[in-house]
Formats: sequence, structure tokens, C-alpha cells
Amino acid sequence: MTTILHARGLNKSFGAVTAANNIDVGVERDSIVGLIGGNGAGKTTFINMVTGYLKPDSGTIHYEGRDITSLVPRSITQLGICRSFQIPQLFNTLTVRENLLTALGIVVIERKKFASASTLRSDGVDAVADETLERFRLAEYRNHVVGFLPEGVRKLLDIAMAMVVKPKILLLDEPTSGVSADEKFFIMDMVMDALRADNVTILFVEHDMDIVSRYTDRILAFYEGRIIADDVPDAVLNNAEVRKYVIGESHPPAAAGGARHAAH
Amino acid sequence: MIARDRTLAMLLIALPVCLAGGWLLPAWVQSLLVLALGKGLVVLGLVLLMRTGLVSFGQGLYFCLGAYAAVSVGKIFKLDNSILMSDALVMPLFGAAVAGVVALVLGFLLARYRAIFFAMLSLAFSMILYGLLIKIPALGSSDGFNISFKTVAGVAIAPAAQLYTLYAVAVVLVFFAALALHQYLRSHLGRLAEAVRDNELRVEYMGSSVRYVVHVNYVIAAVLAGLGGGLVGLSIGHVDPDLAYWTTSGEFVFVAVLGGTGSVAAPIIASLLFEAIKSAAYQYTPYTWQMVLGISLLLVIMFLPAGLWSVFQRRAKRA
Repeated sequence: MTTILHARGLNKSFGAVTAANNIDVGVERDSIVGLIGGNGAGKTTFINMVTGYLKPDSGTIHYEGRDITSLVPRSITQLGICRSFQIPQLFNTLTVRENLLTALGIVVIERKKFASASTLRSDGVDAVADETLERFRLAEYRNHVVGFLPEGVRKLLDIAMAMVVKPKILLLDEPTSGVSADEKFFIMDMVMDALRADNVTILFVEHDMDIVSRYTDRILAFYEGRIIADDVPDAVLNNAEVRKYVIGESHPPAAAGGARHAAH
Repeated sequence: MIARDRTLAMLLIALPVCLAGGWLLPAWVQSLLVLALGKGLVVLGLVLLMRTGLVSFGQGLYFCLGAYAAVSVGKIFKLDNSILMSDALVMPLFGAAVAGVVALVLGFLLARYRAIFFAMLSLAFSMILYGLLIKIPALGSSDGFNISFKTVAGVAIAPAAQLYTLYAVAVVLVFFAALALHQYLRSHLGRLAEAVRDNELRVEYMGSSVRYVVHVNYVIAAVLAGLGGGLVGLSIGHVDPDLAYWTTSGEFVFVAVLGGTGSVAAPIIASLLFEAIKSAAYQYTPYTWQMVLGISLLLVIMFLPAGLWSVFQRRAKRA
């Protein structure tokens, strides 16, 4: 497999807090990577640097061999890296459908800039919007103004809007936070099903270890701005440092991924 | 959606009705209507900015430029008797073009600012123009100068028909401006304005430029203000630096709030109503006319917070 995203020597501090400490990591094409770590460990900072929201103090980020360290979020999105947000970022006075149409409009009408927009037909925007609504089970809310919708629905829409761009890399910042336990697997199943067909590389921040171990093929564990473990899920979740700093000793050791969510 | 489609039909009906009906109106009403239509155009642009989440307290800049531009260029380059100084169609269009070019340049700076900073910076630019104009004797300093027209699109107009002609020009210009804006608001770029107002971060993270959207809307608003200024200058027959003064800009914001942002027709109707209230107040309560205006705005804000247009919308929903 080839490396699609490569961060080298990333450093970022906010005053006395080190949010990224010499991060070196390569992400392989079509892989699904989980980012875990406590609050302030540097997961979101890493995502913010990859998507151009924050500039690293030093270090470089290469995407498909191209240096994207100094690009603005807009340009990075156009190259095919898209993200969802921990707190949904939506157009609150518009309806669910209008939110999607606006997102699709940006991709299709300004298509020349987008690497992957050829997969969408401009005359089919309405159809794509309706199909997306169905797929994300948002159809019943289509004409609801999103500012008044429950958090779980907003979260779904936020992810849907990132996905209609047809990114090559999708970064999901806590896709299941604020969502009820029984909806978590539904969201993740849906996202993974939709993306598997499109050959999308996924990085997602997650606190629920069941979800991380079930859906990823690699985990990066962050602690104080460093990556303290980087391996397949079982190895990371049983790593002594990760157990001490990220998961907490009181939790039982993770069994083989998948065995425990029979309960869900 | 239904309300929007109705706008198109409404405009198409309004054009001939206004053109024919205007002929029957007394001269003072025609004159008042030109004034209201001209200012309505400025407010139309302001409403467009409001949809983008911005309030400009400096539309007087473009309003004044639109009124001054044609004749000023004529005076400076000694183009006496050219169409720039005597054609009722060329003059407002030239003013609109000048306003658009100035906005294109200033837009690079202003598109970076939001909220109160955008409002104050736009106000500052309009006051700079005011300050410049009162110091230029060739343009009449604080007295300004008179303007008049003899032709429309090159056709000579008899003095007796001038008022109605100007009214017809205003109606036609407003019709095309409203039509163009209506189409624009239905386009992708037009719709992005609301997205920018709601969440700039998301727009950027979808891969579109917030600054570009703001810049485009700013230029369109300026072109409309320039066009309106050109019409108002001709209607009054005189221009002076007060057109760029901040109270003039404030009046546009007043009318925009009065009308609401519901439709392209709202600013025009609000402007007509505003001019009517203002003239009536001026006539019957010459010393306290501002109070009458203030009370009317207060009533609108209290009972129709979405502007006058919400009356029509409520009725449409009930029907």
C-alpha cells in the first residue's frame, strides 16, 4: 500500500501546552485509522493541522506527495481532504435539504477545482441530495430547519455534508459523541458502508474503545502531544502505556475486537 | 418557494401597471415615486448584504458616487453637452458602473471584516468621500451642483414630459434590477450568501471562498446604490455632499429594517412607504417629523420584527 498522507516532525504549542510534539506518521491509502487519547492529548490539533485550520510551528504535511502544510482549509478540501466536526457546523437557518444542496452546489458548480467532483452530475444534484437523505435516514427531517434539530440528527447531517464532497481522506472528529449508545454503531456502520465503495481513507477521533477496535485497522494513541502507540487495535489497546494514560487501569483488558459489542 | 415564484409574476405585472398608472398620477406623486424607487434600489443592495450577514452604514458612499459620477466626469473633462451630462439613462448607468469599480477595489479590504467592524469601516469610507467633496470647489464644495437631462437613450425629451420620462426610466431600471437580483438569489452563488451568514467555517471547509461571496455581494450592492443615486440626483435636480453623509446611509438601514429581507419587492415597497410617511410627516408636523418616523420604526420593530414584508408572508401562508 502507498502512503497518502505523511506528517513529518509536527510541532505545535499553545503557550505552555504542547499539543503536538514531533509527530511523525504516515497514513496508508484506503486504511481506517482511529485516533485515541484523553482530553488535550493532541488528537483534534492533529486533525486541525492536517485540514489547515492550524499551522504547525514546525514540520511538514504531505498529501499524495504534495506539501499542503501552508494551504488554507479551502484549498485542502478541494484537493480531497474533508472533515466533520466535533460540534456540528451547519447552516442553522436553512433546512436539512438546503444544507445538503448548498454543500453539493459548492462541489458541483465550482467543480473545476475539485479533484473528485466528476463523480457527480450537475443535473443530478437534487437526486443526490435526496439519496443522501435516505441513506443517512434524514429524509423525515428534510424540510426541518437544522438549528432546532436534536444533536444526533445534526451530527449525522454534519458527516453527510463532509461525505457528499466525495473526499479521498475523511477526518471525523468524534463522530459518535453526543449520540445515544444504540445509535453509535448505526452511524459508524453507515459511514463505513458508504465509504468502503469509494476507496476513502478515514481517520477518526473516538473515545469509545469498542468502536475504535471494531472499525479500525490501526490506532494512533496520543498523550501530551506525542503518539505513544501506533499499531493494530489489539496491540495498542493492550499496550501498557496506553492502558495507563489513555484507557485507565480500571478497565478490563480489551478482548479481541468485536467480541464485546454483541451486547449492543 | 411559492412566494418566490410569485415574485416573478408580480414583477411582470407591476411593470406595465406602474408605467401606465404613473401617467395618471399628479406630478408631485411621480416625483416622490422616482425618489422612492431610487432609494429602494440602494436598500435592495443593503438587503443583499444583510442576507450575507453584513450591515453597511456606508451605502451613502455609492449612492453619492452614483449621483455625482457622470456630471463630475463631464465637468472635469469639459464634456459639455455630452450624453454624460444630459442623458437620463446614461447618467445613472454610468454612476452604477463607477460605484461598482470603486466597490471592487474597496471590497478587497472590506471583505475581510465582519459585524461592527464592517459597518464602521464602510461608514468611514463614505465619510472620506464626504470630506473630499466639500473640499473640491470644482464640484461645488458643500453646495454641490445642479443636474438635469435633455435626452433618454439619445432621444430628446420635451420639458413638459421630463418628469414622467424620468419616472418611466426609474420603473424600468428597478424592474431589471429586481429581475436580475431575483435570478441571482436563486443561483448557487446567491444561495451561498445565507450559508456564509450562518456558518463561514463550514463554507470554507466545503471548499468555497467566503471572502469571494462577500466581495461579490458587496459589489452588487454598490452597483445598485450607484444606480439609485443616479436616479435620485436626477429626480432632485441637485447633488451635494450630504448624499454621502452618514445620516443618509443610516436612512437606508432604517428602510431595510422597515421592509425586511423576505423578498426583492420588500425594500422597494418599504422605500415607497418611507418616502410617503416622510413627506406627510414633513407636511403636517414640520418640526417633529423625525419623531413620526421614529415612532413608525418602533411600531414595526415591536409588531413586525421581520419587517413589513412579513404581513404578506403571513397572508400567503394562511391562504
